[in-house]
Amino acid sequence: MSERFTKGMARNIYVGGGVFSLLLLLSLTFHTVSALPERDHRENLTPQVALGKKVWEDNDCIGCHTLLGEGAYFAPELGNVYQRFGDSTETIAMCIRSRPAEGIPGRRSMPQFNLSDEELNAISEFLKWTSEINTNDWPPNIEG
Amino acid sequence: MGREFLEQPTITKVGIVIVVLGFIFNIGMTVLSGRKTVVSVVLLTGLVGLAVFFLFSFYNPDNLVLDKYFWWWVVHLWVEGVWELILGAILAFVLIKVTGVDREVIEKWLYLIIAMALITGVIGTGHHYFYIGTPEYWMWLGSIFGALEPIPFFMMTLFAFNMVSRRRREHPNQAAVLWALGTAVMAFLGAGVWGFMHTLAPVNYYTHGSQITAAHGHMAFYGAYVMIVLTIISYAMPILRGQGNAASAGAQRVEKWAFWLMTVSMVVITLALTGAGVLQIWLQRMAEEPMSFMATQDSITFFYWLREAAGLGFLIGLVLYVYSFFVGKATTPARSAA
Ligand code: HEM
Ligand SMILES: [Fe+2]
Repeated sequence: MSERFTKGMARNIYVGGGVFSLLLLLSLTFHTVSALPERDHRENLTPQVALGKKVWEDNDCIGCHTLLGEGAYFAPELGNVYQRFGDSTETIAMCIRSRPAEGIPGRRSMPQFNLSDEELNAISEFLKWTSEINTNDWPPNIEG
Repeated sequence: MGREFLEQPTITKVGIVIVVLGFIFNIGMTVLSGRKTVVSVVLLTGLVGLAVFFLFSFYNPDNLVLDKYFWWWVVHLWVEGVWELILGAILAFVLIKVTGVDREVIEKWLYLIIAMALITGVIGTGHHYFYIGTPEYWMWLGSIFGALEPIPFFMMTLFAFNMVSRRRREHPNQAAVLWALGTAVMAFLGAGVWGFMHTLAPVNYYTHGSQITAAHGHMAFYGAYVMIVLTIISYAMPILRGQGNAASAGAQRVEKWAFWLMTVSMVVITLALTGAGVLQIWLQRMAEEPMSFMATQDSITFFYWLREAAGLGFLIGLVLYVYSFFVGKATTPARSAA
């Protein structure tokens, strides 16, 4: 590198660029957070939906599934499972309830979690709520 | 609990914070009482940044969109932000030591690399805000800044090869030199090339959460953050063990074999997962009559077997690597080398 470009200049680009970028991220974050209510329909975020998120986390569903594209890629995307199951929370609950305890031979199969009815309803409502977030039209089709 | 990468129960997270703070205190006091170089200050800045961003792991709101938004402040702002400071600092340190190139030159490079890392990577967080409920303008910001993110990794490759070709001495620890060059190349391939592949919003629309993501994650993590750790171990271990500046020629030969086995295996793993990803996207997301996730997975098992085989190759490389520490203990090389 040329001699005229000094270490001091390089340091100024680092400090200035870094601080500027962080401040820009902070202000964009501020804007995003204030714009989110329009997109995440939080008015529908009931205590039941919140409980559903807790059930989702306590049972480590993300250890196999993806949710809005993040997770383990081992089992189907669930951000749109509500639509895939014909707009039905009952079907979601039934599907989770009816997993065979010994699994299905020769195939990836979901465990039996022995959830209570309250938990089953909550997780289904959570997945319904998630499916109604405005995700810029993702996933590309119903298969997720 | 129950969030990807942040699975630790809260009590464990608190434990992590305590251990990290203790570690930073130790390093910090060491740096403060010794010579404060650019390298050590950048390293310390990266470590403090690591601790600060980990604090966002304690924030877990009921609102999934907010949860995801700040989850990425740990995940992305670590690997494409503050960790790059740590990576750059360790690489710069080892290059100073093994090439003998003037510290001024190396520090100038380091500043420029981390400047580009922050300028591209901080707003580049937006490449995770395309399809999780966040506003549309992130598609532009994430695509543009994401597309620039390979620059610091490319600079690291130029940096490493330039310094080694301008070396003022032949350091006896050629294994460490190999690791330093290797991490620069593999970080560029895994983070830079495989990252660029899916960082544009219209591409990510199809690749998001597919095996392409897994392919990229594997190579980027190995190339940048596994290999830099193995680089500094390779450099420091002989010194710590009182073997002089380098392990014996025999041990280095084994270590180099381990390097190639692990690295080539990781390339095959990445290619296999990329093949799986391309097919998955084609069958499940682009076809006229898309297949279900499970049916798609059944059609791409060939690539998973390939990935499994390469994983075994990697494991053998790892065993060989550990074994290299026990080779040729009796014949320590000359201690006089610079
Ligand atoms: C060493 C640096 C990097 C590491 C360790 C790394 C690692 C990862 C990992 C593990 C994920 C998956 C996260 C998840 O579970 O959802 C990911 C996602 C992603 N990375 Fe990187 N990455 C690095 C650098 C980059 C760079 C430089 C770019 C862009 C040029 C990039 C672009 C992306 C994108 C677009 C995704 C999202 C994939 C998706 O939509 O599913 N990464 N990265
Ligand atoms: Fe990222």
